[in-house]
Amino acid sequence: MSLQIQHLSKVYGKQKALNEISFSVETGEIVGFLGPNGAGKSTTMKIATCFLPPTSGVVKVGGFDVLEHPKEIKKITGYLPEHNPLYLDLYVHEYLSFIGKLYGLGGSALRKRVGEMVELCGLTREQNKRIEALSKGYRQRVGLAQALIHDPQVLILDEPTSGLDPNQLLEIRKLIREISRNKTVIFSTHIMQEVQALCNRVVVINRGNIVADDQVDNLLKGAVDQKFVIVEFENEVATTLLSGIPGVVSVNEVKAFTYRLGTAPGADIRPEVFRFAADNNLSLVGLRQEESKLEDIFQILTSQNPVQH
Amino acid sequence: MIQVLSKEFNSFLNSLIAYVVIGVFLIAMGLLMWVFPETSVLEYGYADMETLFRLGPYVLIFLIPAITMRSFAEEKKAGTIELLITKPLSDWDIILGKFLACFLLVCCALLPTIIYYVSVYKLGASPGNIDTPGVIGSYIGLVLLGAVFCAVGILASSLTRNQIVAFIIAAFLCFILFSGFESLSALNVWSANALLIKQLGLVEHYQSLGRGLIDSRDVIFFGTVILVMLSLTKLNLSIRQW
Repeated sequence: MSLQIQHLSKVYGKQKALNEISFSVETGEIVGFLGPNGAGKSTTMKIATCFLPPTSGVVKVGGFDVLEHPKEIKKITGYLPEHNPLYLDLYVHEYLSFIGKLYGLGGSALRKRVGEMVELCGLTREQNKRIEALSKGYRQRVGLAQALIHDPQVLILDEPTSGLDPNQLLEIRKLIREISRNKTVIFSTHIMQEVQALCNRVVVINRGNIVADDQVDNLLKGAVDQKFVIVEFENEVATTLLSGIPGVVSVNEVKAFTYRLGTAPGADIRPEVFRFAADNNLSLVGLRQEESKLEDIFQILTSQNPVQH
Repeated sequence: MIQVLSKEFNSFLNSLIAYVVIGVFLIAMGLLMWVFPETSVLEYGYADMETLFRLGPYVLIFLIPAITMRSFAEEKKAGTIELLITKPLSDWDIILGKFLACFLLVCCALLPTIIYYVSVYKLGASPGNIDTPGVIGSYIGLVLLGAVFCAVGILASSLTRNQIVAFIIAAFLCFILFSGFESLSALNVWSANALLIKQLGLVEHYQSLGRGLIDSRDVIFFGTVILVMLSLTKLNLSIRQW
């Protein structure tokens, strides 16, 4: 089952929320949908789940067109909407049973499935409470449970980890990783670590346009024009001396005795630095490659002014 | 549809809504029929349930919008409408489920008034003095009226996110449909068409059913109004798709 979006545009009155975007997600892929607030992530998801119609373009989920076969799409899709709307006056079991029945589950199969979902999402201790009595983290889990209850082939999650504390974040990410086998998953977020932790591929959207659509590793390698090595010595070293190391393009002192050496991308100058320290009898205390951060790439791709180092 | 109906009805029972509505209706009708001298059966002296059927609609105009006001308005406000629409349910499933849940609640409020019938029956100068076919016809009229008001309430609720606005629109529309046309027909401008105007209103058909003869025209009229109201609701939900 796959998700295909071709030249999708969405106009709200005068505002063009999506500008002819195209991308696709294959079965078994987990794609992170990254973008600043207001970029069009939720709009795209609402169109893919048949909540809103596209203004133009084609969206196909599992081979079904959103305009022609919405009911088929709704049967095979699990959706966690933004803000996770829930029926607060229902009990957890009651709510999950209701959703299960809407998907055609019934009787003992439904009971079993509700039990499985409660356990999978860590709701065992909270399962007899009303949803309004649950904290945000548990409500988010209930939202996930209702998206998974019918074992959908396509999972569309809109900010599944919003508002969770660090412990819950790890658990939910683990949960998403576990349940994503053999499914097509697309989830939106603006937490970079999540994208790095969960996805093979990331699609970056800004102001209604796709600005990047690549494997996470490729994106990390490609977008920055300099790589940096942080080197720490025991005593002060003249920056002019450091510039003499082959491959070094820039030198900045960041802390006492700690220097940030810029080099061309693709070059690893750490062996050179080590040799340099040995040749000049300098005490080398620390040497590490700075990981180019997805945050920087995100900023570069989605703002007018790329981040300056 | 059954799932939506069941969930809505359980929501009514789990909150105060069901109990307050049924309680207020029965207390109001009970007081009007047996206690207050202007309208009481005991003072009136004749063995009929005229009070219930004459005043009942006005109490319903007030109470049914209170039941229906949250059906769509709350879903829109809480965002759960997005949840419902992205499930494999058709728009009609949702609309009919909510409509029937409200209607079921109204029937639960009307059912206990059968005791009034039994009481008047027994109190008659010769027991069984009461015009039973008339009462049956009137009950059918009242139930159909309740259904129409529910449909109007559902439509009003789907027009706004604010429950109070939904209530006011529903109550106003119910009132216009019920007695507005009758009042309109009393103006001197219509000449021969006055009767036609009157027949566009619900009260004409309601009173016609109350005579005891179930005229299919009256039943079809009620049915048509319900259909129109629910279709307008469906239209409102579909506009999203345009």
